[in-house]
Amino acid sequence: MSDHELIWRIAGGSGDGIDSTSQNFAKALMRSGLDVFTHRHYPSRIRGGHTYVEIRAAGHDVQSRGDGYNFLLSLGDSFARNPQEEAYYGNEEIKPLAENLDDLREGGIIVYDSGLVSEEDVEELNLEERAEENDWHVFPIDLRSLAKEHGREVMRNTAGVGVTAALLEMDLEHIEDLMEDAMPEKILEPNLTILHDAYEMVQEDYEFEHDLRIPEGEHHEEQALLSGSNAIAYGSIDAGCRFIAGYPMTPWTDVFTIMSQHLPDMGGISEQVEDEIAAAALAVGASHAGVKAMSGSSGGGFALMSEPLGLAEMTETPIVLLESMRAGPSTGMPTKPEQGDLEFTLYTSQGDSARVVFAPGTIAEAYEQTRLAFHIAYEYQIPTIIIYDQKLSGENTNVPVSFFDRDPEPSLGSVATEDEIAEMPHDTSGKFHRFQHDVDDGVSPRSLPGQKGGRYLATGNEHTPEGHISEDADNRVAQMDRRMAKLEAIREELETEHESNQTYFGDETADFGIITWGSSQGAVEEAVARLNDQGHAVKAVGVSDMMPFPENEITEFIESVDQAMVVEMNATAQFRGLIQKELGRYGDKLTSLLKYNGNPFEPAEIVEGYEVNVDGGDAEPSAQVRIEPAAGD
Amino acid sequence: MSAFNAIGEDREIDRNEFTPGIEPQATWCPGCGDFGVLKALKQALPEVGLTPEEVLTVTGIGCSGKLNSYLDTYGFHTIHGRSLPVARAAKLANDGLEVIAAGGDGDGYGIGGNHFMHTARENHDMTYIVFNNEVFGLTKGQTSPTSPKGHTSKTTPHGNAKSPIRPLSLALTSGATYIARTAAVNPNQAKEIIKEAIEHDGFAHIDFLTQCPTWNKDARQYVPYVDVQESDDYDFDVTDRQEAQEMMFETENELYEGTVLTGRYFVDERPSYQDQKKELGEMPEEPLAERYFDDDAEWERSYDLLDRHK
Repeated sequence: MSDHELIWRIAGGSGDGIDSTSQNFAKALMRSGLDVFTHRHYPSRIRGGHTYVEIRAAGHDVQSRGDGYNFLLSLGDSFARNPQEEAYYGNEEIKPLAENLDDLREGGIIVYDSGLVSEEDVEELNLEERAEENDWHVFPIDLRSLAKEHGREVMRNTAGVGVTAALLEMDLEHIEDLMEDAMPEKILEPNLTILHDAYEMVQEDYEFEHDLRIPEGEHHEEQALLSGSNAIAYGSIDAGCRFIAGYPMTPWTDVFTIMSQHLPDMGGISEQVEDEIAAAALAVGASHAGVKAMSGSSGGGFALMSEPLGLAEMTETPIVLLESMRAGPSTGMPTKPEQGDLEFTLYTSQGDSARVVFAPGTIAEAYEQTRLAFHIAYEYQIPTIIIYDQKLSGENTNVPVSFFDRDPEPSLGSVATEDEIAEMPHDTSGKFHRFQHDVDDGVSPRSLPGQKGGRYLATGNEHTPEGHISEDADNRVAQMDRRMAKLEAIREELETEHESNQTYFGDETADFGIITWGSSQGAVEEAVARLNDQGHAVKAVGVSDMMPFPENEITEFIESVDQAMVVEMNATAQFRGLIQKELGRYGDKLTSLLKYNGNPFEPAEIVEGYEVNVDGGDAEPSAQVRIEPAAGD
Repeated sequence: MSAFNAIGEDREIDRNEFTPGIEPQATWCPGCGDFGVLKALKQALPEVGLTPEEVLTVTGIGCSGKLNSYLDTYGFHTIHGRSLPVARAAKLANDGLEVIAAGGDGDGYGIGGNHFMHTARENHDMTYIVFNNEVFGLTKGQTSPTSPKGHTSKTTPHGNAKSPIRPLSLALTSGATYIARTAAVNPNQAKEIIKEAIEHDGFAHIDFLTQCPTWNKDARQYVPYVDVQESDDYDFDVTDRQEAQEMMFETENELYEGTVLTGRYFVDERPSYQDQKKELGEMPEEPLAERYFDDDAEWERSYDLLDRHK
């Protein structure tokens, strides 16, 4: 792996256009042939408050935000300076320079807006001395005045991009193209002027001593830059989903709004409703009537969905629910990721309830597994859940366009036609045996309201084959066994008819293994590559099947190593608990590397975790990460 | 061939078609008002030309929730308070279906109160029958949102400190476009009101007074009813919101004190939610569920959306 990479951080106040600027710049980097990965850090407020976006770009595959960064564009916060607005925005002082220096790598570049970052701030930071120590190259540039000269102050972002491009000796062509696509005529001209002026000014007036240049790369096929939320929404559309109901909640709202913007144009329906109980109940109602339907939320909203989730299980109504985790409990940290809802998602709802849970690890997997979730839900008449998190929701990475080139799948799965229904068992009054006992894989074909000959009662109570409420002991056992049999059938289908959802990487012969799940996979993948490069024998698996659990695959993986470290973003080692529960052993073989401070893992932390584990030392890898020893240690 | 041949089927229908032929029969107590709703529905459905298979009845939990166990249509017996969101989504998914939701006063005005308010506000094209016996029956007689002030039960041994909900006024202010009250002991009126509600294009709310001989012997549901449309003493215009509001207020006061008044209180022509959504291009003209069975349907795919990400 080449070390040559750019990790560009743009920092400032929320509401200053940092998101749109970085989105465009990331796309320009992708168009110039680089692989990109974006990471967004933002506070729970709309305007003001410190925010940054990191774009990592390299000529090789990038799966995580990386470790630290090497280019800071510090814009300053316009709101904190505006006395009229102080009452509204509060007097919280935003220090986009001061707050971002800790992670800047040696030899890195700092560009700060000398028009917006006060001299006192800079003096307080002791910047000169620190720059010398760390070999930082500092460029104070009055971006604000530059923007004001040709347009408006808010266009200082564009000036910052121009300065960045000049310092990295990057061609402006892709940036210009994107600006032309995205901006209306009126603001395009001044923005282009500002971009060029900033670029030329740096080229003419500044001497560069730094080594950082734009990395080189080339794509062999067309790429698209999209987020996990985009991938899930597109996976749903391609799976034939045409009904979504929801209630806004960060970070699930992304998928909900993407779907709402596209579904009506595709002949579908989107409903924003009164609460999450209603949202999931609407998905159940729509699916019952014969439409592929979904709903979703984040932890707190998902809590309300436990009722309709159980109803879907008992009435065997297919639905797909999304659970986009943020740090909990309760309202927790709305804009920070955590993998803390795993057990909640697996076991929500009363009784011996069963559902299918997928946890995609990457954006491509999110698309793939969303399609699979709809397929399984409708074939087996069971709720499926996609559990992901704030990190996967909001991060962007490039995926080959051809990956999405597949046909839509409008099949409703195990719905019988009227002709088929006519051949199936009915009782004397003409009621259809919709919940037949005697089927092999647990799936009794269903009819839809309005179909001839298919009349039945769907009920959340235990029921007979035709749907009558029943507390008969024999019927209860038969119905329970049949519903439970579905999970075994699904496990078998996942094992035999689909490519494994688990992702394996690293040195196959290694006797140290790392096991992770969901969005932590990217950082683990990079850490393992780094360890392998350093000559350590390590391999890893990113697990996506949470329920049914891939018993055989994970048993084989654990059996093949002496020791395994489970990496996840929560404080109670929920996934490690799941492995031990499902496999019934390995308590002495598994350690945990846990992080729950609101920020995702960086590869270096996992490397350190490995070192502590292997050396058997007592030291924690860092203050923000915790090691949980094996049972009995 | 259409996937939903029962929808729009035109033939003579016997009311017995709506009676399931097998045991178990109703577990309602002898003399229960719920029998009145069942009977009125069985009479009304064939008279408006509906076959059992084009009707979807969606119920909540409680004695009222068992309605569709004894009524042979397509049915969905959901969970406590959640019949409305399930029902309105089924109607959105296939608006060829005749959707009738039902629940009790605890189910509909208590735990499901939020859904009631919003379904009425949105004016979904469906019928909602609330069995109002002023008590929680299936859990053995606790005080409900419509129990009168002072009502004593195991949960209010010193008398109910709360005033009852005013369901008709609540439906009106929320935005329902057909609002009526009828009673189990008044089967002819009940049947006619149910027929009107089904034929109404919008959210039709029926507060259906059902006596509970087991748990609420004090309730006034046994006294004779006065039909406000048939009595010369009550003259108001059901299409006038103001007059309807005043009349509802009077009715809801009198329920616990004087005469029990029933009848239609408000009828409005505001377009249904489904029609408004169609007009905005937010809902397809043809039933959405049909699309899955249409071999000629062009299924759009996300590939075309990728341009903005390139």
